[in-house]
Amino acid sequence: MPKSYRDGLPISPEKFVDQLMRLKRGSISRRDFLGITGLGVATAVMARELGIMPTPAFAAESLGDRMSIATWPNYHDPQTFENFKAETGVAVEVNVFGSNEEMLAKLQAGGSGWSLFVPTNYTISTYKKLGIIEALDMAKLDNFDGSQEDARFTAEGTIDGTIYAVPKNWGTTGIAINTKKLAKPMTSWKEFWDTAMAEGDGRTMVHDYQLTTIGNALKYYGYSFNSLKQDELAKAEELLLKVKPHLFAVSSDYQPGMRAGDAWMTMCWTNDGAQLYRDIPEIAYVLGKEGGEIWTDFYAIPKDAPNKPAGYALLNYLMNPKVAVKEHLANGAPSTDARVNALLPKEVLDNPILYPAADLLKPLEFGAAATLTDPGRAELMARFKSA
Amino acid sequence: MRGSLVHKNLLTALLLAPATLWLVVFLVLPFVAIAIFSVGERAPEGGYQAALTFAQYANLPARATAFWNTMVLAPIGALACLLVAYPVAYYLALRAPQRWRLILLALIVIPFWTSLLMRTYAWMYILGGRGIPALLAYVGIEDLRLINTPGAVLLGIVYGYLPLMILPIYVSLERLDRRLLEASADLGAAPLSTFIGVTLRLSLPGVMTGFSLVMILLLGEYLIPTLLGGGKVFFIGNALVDLFLQSRNWPFGSAIAITLVLVSVVVLIAANRISTRLSGARRVDLI
Repeated sequence: MPKSYRDGLPISPEKFVDQLMRLKRGSISRRDFLGITGLGVATAVMARELGIMPTPAFAAESLGDRMSIATWPNYHDPQTFENFKAETGVAVEVNVFGSNEEMLAKLQAGGSGWSLFVPTNYTISTYKKLGIIEALDMAKLDNFDGSQEDARFTAEGTIDGTIYAVPKNWGTTGIAINTKKLAKPMTSWKEFWDTAMAEGDGRTMVHDYQLTTIGNALKYYGYSFNSLKQDELAKAEELLLKVKPHLFAVSSDYQPGMRAGDAWMTMCWTNDGAQLYRDIPEIAYVLGKEGGEIWTDFYAIPKDAPNKPAGYALLNYLMNPKVAVKEHLANGAPSTDARVNALLPKEVLDNPILYPAADLLKPLEFGAAATLTDPGRAELMARFKSA
Repeated sequence: MRGSLVHKNLLTALLLAPATLWLVVFLVLPFVAIAIFSVGERAPEGGYQAALTFAQYANLPARATAFWNTMVLAPIGALACLLVAYPVAYYLALRAPQRWRLILLALIVIPFWTSLLMRTYAWMYILGGRGIPALLAYVGIEDLRLINTPGAVLLGIVYGYLPLMILPIYVSLERLDRRLLEASADLGAAPLSTFIGVTLRLSLPGVMTGFSLVMILLLGEYLIPTLLGGGKVFFIGNALVDLFLQSRNWPFGSAIAITLVLVSVVVLIAANRISTRLSGARRVDLI
């Protein structure tokens, strides 16, 4: 084959942008990066203080021209918001957050300025109990079709027959492994923890997130992911303290480490797993056969939303399967909506990272509200991190 | 005459008002709020619930490791900064050609205009597998890990806080009366003893200022240990972030914050005392 004249030329602008975007995708994690920096909170506060956010009076009747959404990094197709603006004239300000706890802290403090946000399943009952989210007015969401939703994933949005949140997507928490560095096949959380102390010494990452890190340590002994039992938590703590000196990092920002080859194995969420595998095929994503976490992220509207009409309008727009399918292709997490699944390409539906086999899903548990708010687990995590 | 005195007092009060207001709104009020939080209780769903208890303060030993790490690593970090900063400040103030001095100073200050977060993130890539280790792999050093080590944290601290250490030392060296150096040489002192007996001694106020400045900021540091240390070493700053944003235990977080402020004040007073004593009768300039 003759050499192309392009060989040896400097990088093209397209390729540069492509690589930059890939780097960007890798450099930000879903739950933690903005959490530790507080940037998410800062943008929300700045927007309010500078008067960029509309006042409730301004948006009383019309959609206004601006609204704010709180969500996760790498979670949307940016084009979605551009298209929404072109259709409605409403500019969407995106605030990215690090953790559900952080979102809860911000909403609890009041005046978040968001007209829509993306909470995970187990937080919704807490939000309802605290009275900080709206019972959704389904008349304004004609694009949503509950009969097309997989009830297994979406039940937690409905409390006592009232819908408080509608689903964005679901996913799992599994193990991402660099199979070039750790060739031994892995299928369980027991192997994950044992490998962390052997071949994976100094190369393993666990989340800076009590729900998954404690939950998956509990799975080592076959206990429930959500256990609040003193003796079971004590065993999990013992394991975590034993593993701690062997870890590469305690961080939910695991994409950079995995991409750079510094970390060989990490706890990982579906969408990050799909993104890592897409760019680096030797990174495999597996589920522990003992079980672990399954999750659904929802959309909800805060009670004190400054621009509810726009919040509803955007939510309805996002529920349009034609819009949602682009979101799923960008973010990598599977859909709960049969109408969206019908539109997704076959290779996405056949990707076992996104749609794992039924027998692997069976033992997985949804995180429970009590698990998230339990002070005992929070203290355990702090003891683990400070050890 | 009386009239003009009243006039003068009124003018002083007016001129002081903005600064006083600033202090009250942004320093005193938040501090009072935090103090009130610290004697409260954690609400069942997290946050704050009014109460009057000192249970949070009694619980401080639960974060003993974080306090210990911070109390050990802050002075070590400040010392490492000092060791790098002194020669730089010395060169700048006493050796660098006059016309280069301003440019060199600017080169030290300019990186400060970028967020520490961005600069620390850059170090993550430099120390990460695609940075220095990838270069070293060419010469046969494989699988070297630099990131998420104590050395990486120390490097991040020195890099991030260096300008804060250089500037006060530079200022005190710059004011140094050159005739004292000549006098010392004329009286037969070797260069080294001139340096120790005159230069170093007279620059001590600057050293102490830089040291306490860096030290106090390090007491609240959380970004560098998180990003370059892999979140494995818990500082007080990390404990605070966790308590406010993860477990949402505001009262305990407030109690720790208050304790941290008190510790910082003690450090500042101690540094001032030492500085005054070391520099003898010389007045201490805390910039």
